[in-house]
Amino acid sequence: MNSDVNPVWEYAPAPENRDIANLKPSYRMYLDGEFVEGGGEPLKTVNPATEEVLAEVSTAAPSDVDRAVKAARRAHERVWGRMPGAERAKYIYRIARMIAERSRELAVLESMDNGKPIKESRDVDVPTASAHFFYHAGWADKLAYAGLGPDPRPLGVAGQVIPWNFPLLMAAWKLAPALACGNTVVLKPAETTPLTALVLAEIIQQADLPPGVVNILPGAGDVGAELTNHAGVDKVAFTGSTEVGKLIQRSLAGSGKKLTLELGGKAANVVFDDAPLDQAVEGIVNGIFFNQGHVCCAGSRLLVQESVADELLEKLHARVSTLRIGDPLDKNTDVGAINSREQLNKITELVSSGEAEGATRWTSPCPLPDKGFFFAPTVFAGVSQAMRIAREEIFGPVLSVLTFRTPDEAVAKANNTPYGLSAGIWTDKGSRILWMANKLRAGVVWANTFNRFDPTAPFGGYQESGFGREGGRTGLEAYLDV
Amino acid sequence: MSERLSVAKTYKLYVGGAFPRSESGRSYLVRDAKGGFLANAAQASRKDVREAVVAARKAFGGWSRATAYNRGQVLYRVAELLEGRREQFMAEVAASEGVPAKRVQSIVDGAIDRWVWYAGWTDKIATVLGASNPVAGPYFSFSVPEPTGVVGVLAPQASSLLGLVSVVAPAIATGNAAVVVASQDRPLPAITLSEVLATSDVPGGVVNILTGRTAELAPWLASHADVNALDLAGAPESMTAELERTAANTVKRVLRARPTEPDWTPVPDISRLRAFLETKTVWHPMGV
Repeated sequence: MNSDVNPVWEYAPAPENRDIANLKPSYRMYLDGEFVEGGGEPLKTVNPATEEVLAEVSTAAPSDVDRAVKAARRAHERVWGRMPGAERAKYIYRIARMIAERSRELAVLESMDNGKPIKESRDVDVPTASAHFFYHAGWADKLAYAGLGPDPRPLGVAGQVIPWNFPLLMAAWKLAPALACGNTVVLKPAETTPLTALVLAEIIQQADLPPGVVNILPGAGDVGAELTNHAGVDKVAFTGSTEVGKLIQRSLAGSGKKLTLELGGKAANVVFDDAPLDQAVEGIVNGIFFNQGHVCCAGSRLLVQESVADELLEKLHARVSTLRIGDPLDKNTDVGAINSREQLNKITELVSSGEAEGATRWTSPCPLPDKGFFFAPTVFAGVSQAMRIAREEIFGPVLSVLTFRTPDEAVAKANNTPYGLSAGIWTDKGSRILWMANKLRAGVVWANTFNRFDPTAPFGGYQESGFGREGGRTGLEAYLDV
Repeated sequence: MSERLSVAKTYKLYVGGAFPRSESGRSYLVRDAKGGFLANAAQASRKDVREAVVAARKAFGGWSRATAYNRGQVLYRVAELLEGRREQFMAEVAASEGVPAKRVQSIVDGAIDRWVWYAGWTDKIATVLGASNPVAGPYFSFSVPEPTGVVGVLAPQASSLLGLVSVVAPAIATGNAAVVVASQDRPLPAITLSEVLATSDVPGGVVNILTGRTAELAPWLASHADVNALDLAGAPESMTAELERTAANTVKRVLRARPTEPDWTPVPDISRLRAFLETKTVWHPMGV
């Protein structure tokens, strides 16, 4: 055979320049308009792709949380809460623009701190973060039109705690609606990914927001608990695990604080036999391997109609084998690093349980880097509903495949979970899409697509995936006294 | 002609469209506003709560998928039937609440009109709260409100009819099913309302009404994993924090109450409709 007929084209490395991140040796928290040292033990944030320490970050002591909440209260009462909406809007527009201006820097920094591929931080996280500020800015002077009464009022001080999977984007989802509605904020970024939130603080300072309107306090769960339980906080917003969400809801009982929770998920991605299979494969891959599967709405349970299950699985294995795992800063990387050793251990443990419980494991033969936290994309077939890998959120690049025969069975299996964040449907039949979308108990339903996000489209869960929405007109309710 | 002895009513629970006694066999004394004997009401137990939740879950599927027009007509028919029993409700509310005749009349009229008000909302709430989302991409994206599921309702303690209707009607108007704990000391209008519901077109199980000790029943509703939301309107103030804590174990939506029961007379806003609705966002690509 002549090998020249089908030459194999190898990818050349295409790394983004890490200098663009403007990485500093140390970062400080942002309190009352100043960058200050915190009273807590400084943390070291690690690049999960190399295990090297990126920077030292100061963390908040309880007294810092108290100072920040008081600063936010002052800023709310004296400036932000009484400022005309049109003026608030212009500040928020500024933030949107400045994120866009510094988008490349933010994307590189995000990929270094979080481990996600640069093509995702560059094309999804950062532009969507900017879009969230731009969208909500426009609401600031139009709240009377939101359908929540003629003169909806802000709640006061919001305490917000965000996760490590979309560090900058989650900060944007939390800050933008809070500020547009006239609230001031104390936000705690995740322990393992504090850097982009602190660059956002720099942007907020440069945008000249009055001191105290936004305070950003890094730290671990104890800082989050201190913040959400602080008596001076009127509203708590949390995105993270269902386990911690329940703790927060419990701790807020009887406090009168308004609460919204965006928690875990175990989304069903349902493929019918009439679906365009190649297209569905792309959607399945995007659904579970986007952001290493560190996505609360990841399509982690694939439900395939029995008649096409073998064919689909074969195509899926072939496609997943081509995914490139490795350096998050390489523009050709499809799957980056697992965010922390702790998370890697959790994924490894759940995958072992899948094998022990009798599911058939297939793992991509792709090469993995020698150092850093990596997990090869994995697909389990022959999964039954009782297995842990079908019930528990893995939060990693691991897909569980189940089968069904009838649409009713698909609905019953899809809804057989205490979660209810998202779901996917793949079929060529429009009426079936609408029938399914109506029956799935989930806050977001993607039909013939997956993992789409937009500031105009409300996002949030049913049941134990939380309550309250982010985005759209619906999302404003979380930050208004209505 | 000798004076006829009236036939007294046995007040029972209302679960799944039927009128059982409490499985516990218990009853408790209900007194009128002056302290005189009114009736023996069934004293519901934990098991009655659980059976009511099962009935509500079973009814939820059909009721939530009924057309909004149909739900509107069903709720409107409740108002029609209430109107026909005006005298009876006036007598029971008067006995329970001890309010003067003129006030009783406006309470009952208010309760009837509230059903009509909420009946009209069933096919409008999605227009008001839903949206077509102008997303930045080639997708059709829309958001619709959907009922939360099974709602546990602790009915107001003071306002035995108007308060009750003001919390039950909005919960079911949007397609939820409800398990209601009636006012502990003033349960009779609630039981009579359940007779109205049973003979109207509200499917059995959509509204279940339990009488008994609120403090005994509320924790079982708060902890039940198949209850999606909790309305604390009539919760004893000393219990609300603990009920919220319990509800957190299954991430229930909790509608808190003010420390003092509100005046239910004014026309409400839509916040009670919003409280037990989820928003579902659907995306589909556009293309040829």
